[in-house]
Amino acid sequence: MATTSLRAGVRRVVPERKDLWWLEPLVIVVVLGTFVLYSVYAGLANANYFYDPYLSPLYSPCITANCVHPHLPIVGAYWNLSPAILIVAFPLAFRVTCYYYRRSYYRAFFWAPPACAVPDARTAYAGETRFPFLIQNLHRYALIFATTLLAFLWWDTFLAFNFNGRLGVGLGSLLLLTNVVLLSGYSASCHSLRYLVGGYLDSFHRASLRYRLWSWANWLNARHARWAWASLVVVGLTDLYIRLLSMGVLTDPRIVF
Amino acid sequence: MTTEAPRTATEVRMKIWRGEGSGGEHVEYVVPLDPGMVVLDVVHRIQATHAPDLAVRWNCKAGKCGSCSAEVNGAPKLMCMTRMNEFAPGEEITISPVRTFPLIKDLVSDVSFNYEKAKTIPPFKPKPKDADGKRRMYQEDVDRVQEFHKCIECFLCQDVCHVIRDHEENKQSFSGPRFFVRLAALEMHPLDANDRLDLIRAKHGLGFCNITKCCTEVCPEDIHITDNAIIPLKERVVTAHYDPIAWALRRMRGKREDFAPPQPKPPSA
Repeated sequence: MATTSLRAGVRRVVPERKDLWWLEPLVIVVVLGTFVLYSVYAGLANANYFYDPYLSPLYSPCITANCVHPHLPIVGAYWNLSPAILIVAFPLAFRVTCYYYRRSYYRAFFWAPPACAVPDARTAYAGETRFPFLIQNLHRYALIFATTLLAFLWWDTFLAFNFNGRLGVGLGSLLLLTNVVLLSGYSASCHSLRYLVGGYLDSFHRASLRYRLWSWANWLNARHARWAWASLVVVGLTDLYIRLLSMGVLTDPRIVF
Repeated sequence: MTTEAPRTATEVRMKIWRGEGSGGEHVEYVVPLDPGMVVLDVVHRIQATHAPDLAVRWNCKAGKCGSCSAEVNGAPKLMCMTRMNEFAPGEEITISPVRTFPLIKDLVSDVSFNYEKAKTIPPFKPKPKDADGKRRMYQEDVDRVQEFHKCIECFLCQDVCHVIRDHEENKQSFSGPRFFVRLAALEMHPLDANDRLDLIRAKHGLGFCNITKCCTEVCPEDIHITDNAIIPLKERVVTAHYDPIAWALRRMRGKREDFAPPQPKPPSA
């Protein structure tokens, strides 16, 4: 049995792959990086997040007394910073610990590895066996908190069709509806949810409801990456649209009955 | 053997790794190309016309034996399932052996690592029979684990997994995606009585996997290794080891598993 590793002879820093392997990590860095930078700016701005009847999803639920459009003012007027700071941890934790986003940012930002069969950037590697990456194991809790917040986003969407007591549809209403549908799809296609609704079973016999839920979750889960990217982009666009309306840059086309 | 460029569109220029142990280099060959050829056909033609001592492992030429794994232009693939018309006319093609394992000669690597890991997996242990002396397995349960049984053990997933490909030191504590597929098939089996979750975490090193999905990308059998085997195993390990509520529930109920699968019941009369 030969014991000498091939890597001693063949392994190289420059990968042998001749295709555009660097394109995917580059696109992820650009899209994810742009979203992170924009959401940091928008979340800290503490202005232009409400344009009647639209509330930016980055600020929902608004839980401070100083909020322009409060849902549950459980934090008093002493809080003068952006209300988005108080809730950002929940959707952020859901995305950061998401199995799909982990694949993406481990590749694009950590270069572990940057692409398949392309060498790791680091000489030592312990994966998710140590802190802080051990925290990834609590993704199911992030799912529960983020899904709870979805109820507020659905309420915001309902209110977005109410124009001073009259039913109506504006471009903002449709954007908020698209946003909440995509976020709901993203949550419903989550790997942890698929496990919690039935994946933990070894036998689906005598568990027909859980089998049905697991089957639906399986179907959605196969498209988890699409839900993840679409919901990310639309959250950003929805906030941007409401921000531009509030700043007077855009006018909302709407039909009020 | 020649270093000339292909003279016509019906010739192919292929660089093949030649060497034993740590020494070696890519050697270029130009041979005629016929319609319908796959990479393995070209390697065989080179073996027949230029390099009779070229070592290459192959068997079925149908993508079912898993023998002819190699790296074609740096991408782990089965040579028998990689058609030559995937490449542009005149394109130089580089063939290297799978590089996660020690080289024996040319395109043949020593994959004993995998056989040693396989020995460490506790085998299927059947649950007690039903009251009528039979064991039953239902179609929905068969469907879920059937995917895992498609594995042909080509070890391309092992080759591409950066945990052992780029970090030799992890081979002791990490078994690799092929064995997580095997472990998932056993763990999700409704008639298996063994509990391997502690082993999966501690001995097979599931936590080393950072789910970059390269194993899924290279699998010639289209097994969704990451989504359907590794991540469900991770979730089971979370319940057994990391989930504080599951832990509290176990303490309250005084038993090890709060999400234990239902025990088989005797069929109704």
